Amino acid sequence: MNEKKTFQRGRLVPLPTNAFIPERDLEKTPILEASHLGIDFGGLTAVDDFNLTIGRTEIAGLIGPNGAGKTTVFNLLTKVYQPTRGMVMIDGYDTAGMNTVQVNKLGVARTFQNIRLFNALSVEDNVKLGMHNAIKYNMAAGVLRLPVYWKQERIAHERALELLSIFDMQDLADVPAGSLPYGAQRRLEIVRALATNPSLLLLDEPAAGMNPSETYELMENIVKIRDTFHIAVMLIEHDMSLVMGICEGICVLNFGKVIAKGTAEDIQSNPVVIEAYLGKKKEG
Amino acid sequence: MADFFSQVVNALQLGSIYALVALGYSMVYGIIMLLNFAHGDIIMVGAYATYFAVCQYGLHPLVAVLLAVLISTLLGVLIEKAAYTPLRSAPRLSLLITAIGVSFLLENGAQLLFGADTKSMVKTPLISGTLNLGGVTVSLAAVITIVVSVIAMIALTFLVQKTKLGKAMRAVSEDMGAAQLMGISLNRTISFTFAIGSFLAGIGAVLHVGSYFQASPMMGSMLGLKAFVAAVLGGIGSIPGAMIGGFAIGIVETLVTVAGLSTWKDGVVFAILIVVLLVKPTGILGRPMVEKV
Repeated sequence: MNEKKTFQRGRLVPLPTNAFIPERDLEKTPILEASHLGIDFGGLTAVDDFNLTIGRTEIAGLIGPNGAGKTTVFNLLTKVYQPTRGMVMIDGYDTAGMNTVQVNKLGVARTFQNIRLFNALSVEDNVKLGMHNAIKYNMAAGVLRLPVYWKQERIAHERALELLSIFDMQDLADVPAGSLPYGAQRRLEIVRALATNPSLLLLDEPAAGMNPSETYELMENIVKIRDTFHIAVMLIEHDMSLVMGICEGICVLNFGKVIAKGTAEDIQSNPVVIEAYLGKKKEG
Repeated sequence: MADFFSQVVNALQLGSIYALVALGYSMVYGIIMLLNFAHGDIIMVGAYATYFAVCQYGLHPLVAVLLAVLISTLLGVLIEKAAYTPLRSAPRLSLLITAIGVSFLLENGAQLLFGADTKSMVKTPLISGTLNLGGVTVSLAAVITIVVSVIAMIALTFLVQKTKLGKAMRAVSEDMGAAQLMGISLNRTISFTFAIGSFLAGIGAVLHVGSYFQASPMMGSMLGLKAFVAAVLGGIGSIPGAMIGGFAIGIVETLVTVAGLSTWKDGVVFAILIVVLLVKPTGILGRPMVEKV
């Protein structure tokens, strides 16, 4: 009964009103520090002077009108694009010159706005692909089915089912990922990202296309994931009930620039944000 | 009846070599959408490696086989690293032209180094002898060719379906970007695919030399093209498709020869290519192409 109340805006973890990093994370190395990050595509500046720090167990939101550059920020953080300017530190390590795979090994995992599962593979194999670097056997052991192959595959299998059980999907393990219903595909993407053992999970519109009760369940699960794995979550989302409900810090982007940062209360009362979303009030 | 049986063996022998080569075409196409026209020439190099190891240096046939397979595998990876990796983000047409260039390089390089004549291994065959199967005499080479190919194909299927490397290959083939974000290294997975494809080509080379006793600079060209037809017939990009296509082409060629039209056999194979491209361009097992919008 009381549970539902937990998710009213910004109340999940009580925060000092102006703090962005939750108090519990202040003493630790932030999982993400982006400073003066920017990228130009030809003459177009898609993101400019993006600064953001995320605490180790923070749930952070990145919001903004369509085309504001939110997904571009994710692509910069995961090195899908190399930034034109600025610096990204993951877990205290400078990621300059790193590629996507290296950043993933540092602990950044993500999902996609338009679902990008491996449709031809089973649900379980999708999750196991997230564990690719954690499963240790070589090709010879795999082809000859040496004991190490069976052992590693069994560990991976158990881990995959365990991760799938977060979303109660363990019974779907053998189904081809492409045949899952839409909502389940979104959840599987989160599981697959978790399988890479991240310390920062980037979710690109996790609630897109979900109905209110699915969204509510997703909110619970995001918090559960944070609490179980002690990781930071950064999410892009248009569903304000989700963002205001679970995000401890929110960053608002418009035309590639950060226009506001703060807690849900700060953001909701910020006139610049309201203007970005609703337009300027006519004078007089 | 005995005659029929020995023709079936012939067809399977030829077909299994086509299938092994077609697999390399199909796997590489599946992962980077490249028709690797240099693939057939890897067989030529493998065949020469076998010839020189046995006839020139007098190595034990088994050592020669291992050497030939190793050289083929390394050559395949070398071609990928030197010629295709730098063009990863280039248009696909550039890659295709590069592949044709590599093919010419290998063929003409072989003519320059080894001479344009056909080297014969009839006097020192890799595999000699015959086997009596229920009253029918078949060459041991044919039986070994078929058995080895089938084992190789089973091992490949297992590798691709059940191991993490195979799954990584399928993931990269479906969505390169997403695979990288799962921590799967593109370079490694693509090189691995080339290595497997060239390894199979190496086995194909050894079996070809074992079955037909010769090596020549241009042998890879026709063999490669027919294996390409096999891959297209089966559905390029599909592994079971390449196997089916390979055997089908072997059977068709044998049928044409049995019918006394052996001069027509190449023509018939390429006629199949035209018909497949007209009627069912995705082949027997190919997935329908969906253009991304």
